[in-house]
Amino acid sequence: MSNLSVKHLLGIKFLTEADLHLIFETADHFKEVINRPIKKVPSLRDITIANLFFENSTRTKLSFELAEKRLSADVINFSAASSSVKKGETLQDTVNNILAMKVDMLIMRHPNPGAGVFLSKHINAAIINAGDGAHEHPTQALLDAYSIREKLKDVRGKKVVIVGDILHSRVALSNIFALQKLGAEVKVCGPLTLMPKHIESLGVKVETNLKAALEWCDVANMLRIQNERMEITYFPSTREYVQQFGLTSDLLAKLNKPITIMHPGPINRGVEVSSDVADSEHSIILNQVENGVAIRMAVIYLLASKIK
Amino acid sequence: MRQHKLLNANEIDIILQRLAFQLIENYSDFSNTVLIGIQPRGVYLANRIEKILQKELGNKCPKFGKLDITFYRDDFRRGSKTLEANQTQIDFIVEDKNIIFIDDVLYTGRSIRSALTAIQSFGRPKTIELLTLIDRRFSRHLPIQPDYNGKQVDAINKERVVVKWKENDGEDAVEIIRLNDE
Repeated sequence: MSNLSVKHLLGIKFLTEADLHLIFETADHFKEVINRPIKKVPSLRDITIANLFFENSTRTKLSFELAEKRLSADVINFSAASSSVKKGETLQDTVNNILAMKVDMLIMRHPNPGAGVFLSKHINAAIINAGDGAHEHPTQALLDAYSIREKLKDVRGKKVVIVGDILHSRVALSNIFALQKLGAEVKVCGPLTLMPKHIESLGVKVETNLKAALEWCDVANMLRIQNERMEITYFPSTREYVQQFGLTSDLLAKLNKPITIMHPGPINRGVEVSSDVADSEHSIILNQVENGVAIRMAVIYLLASKIK
Repeated sequence: MRQHKLLNANEIDIILQRLAFQLIENYSDFSNTVLIGIQPRGVYLANRIEKILQKELGNKCPKFGKLDITFYRDDFRRGSKTLEANQTQIDFIVEDKNIIFIDDVLYTGRSIRSALTAIQSFGRPKTIELLTLIDRRFSRHLPIQPDYNGKQVDAINKERVVVKWKENDGEDAVEIIRLNDE
């Protein structure tokens, strides 16, 4: 069990439980590395990685770039806003042009679901999906599950509720796959207009009452309302959303146990979580960010070791 | 596959005592000295040396650590298996310290080369020395030699030298295994 079963990280769906544990164990070592006085190892000094962001990203891109640099890889960045995509080039042509410059690995964010899967059938380089539309965001789910494992010792048997805009969320889908593979129970909670159809077929339960969901769970993962992806109105007003689905310290105080609060960022303080909850001792939001670098180092390291 | 025993438990014990006393002779005061076992197999030897020094020196026994060299190796992507990491545990400052690396078998010298790079991530030691149980001379790829050595062995490249430890392998022994000609 010392190799990943895949050549690319396109989605959590394609990984085995053993893959997830291998990634976590490797991330443990990288977490120790990034807390040293010198936070860098030379493993990937002969690997070149291109970060292709066809959709805006700040923290995921920073996290990936830092992970690559801490592994000593050479890094090039490409963003769609200032690129030939606007001039009408196809995805495959864009990528082939970049690969012609002897690039070994691609980190790609793309607005279209399945962009990574499509590309993996046509090119040779290793691909890591950094978010494809509303489909998957595997490294986010890995760092979320890793953070739960760190806080609660084990993911197996834990109850996790994902709250908010499930419909537009790739984080939700990847989290559901990862948590279920690791033996956790998952519920989703939010307005019914923001629930994908047939979500129950994935083995998750839908809950529309936030308080009931919180009483059930050990961990609450609060998602952001993605206004930029909403072409129609899904709920009457932000104020009404906050009243029904916003997590406040009053609500937490009424529970009979402490629960762990997570958020993939960026937070809208006062919308999905109130400010005092986001900064409370039960919030592991900043741990998630730190673990993100270690997890991405682990994934890049494990996939790079398969490049011949 | 043929194998024969090079050292038995009693012989290993005598060598360990000698190595520990060589350290005491050389350092007498360990206040600025730390010992670091190279993961994975060097840690067993380091634990044994620590036990002897603890018995002899009591609370003046130097600090021990473990160093994993996986991410510093020069054969990443050159084998078929992913290189798996082990724990690094260095709970002290190495800046300006005398460091003694401990590993079971010195063969090509590449592990020690990696360890020399790895330790730099923790600071700039004053000196670094090397203690090994077995030195396979004539097999070196790099100009690296032990400062304290248990036994020199002339093994050819088709042979493997295996150090076994009671706590992990059931007995203390050093064996030479002749791999079949392919």
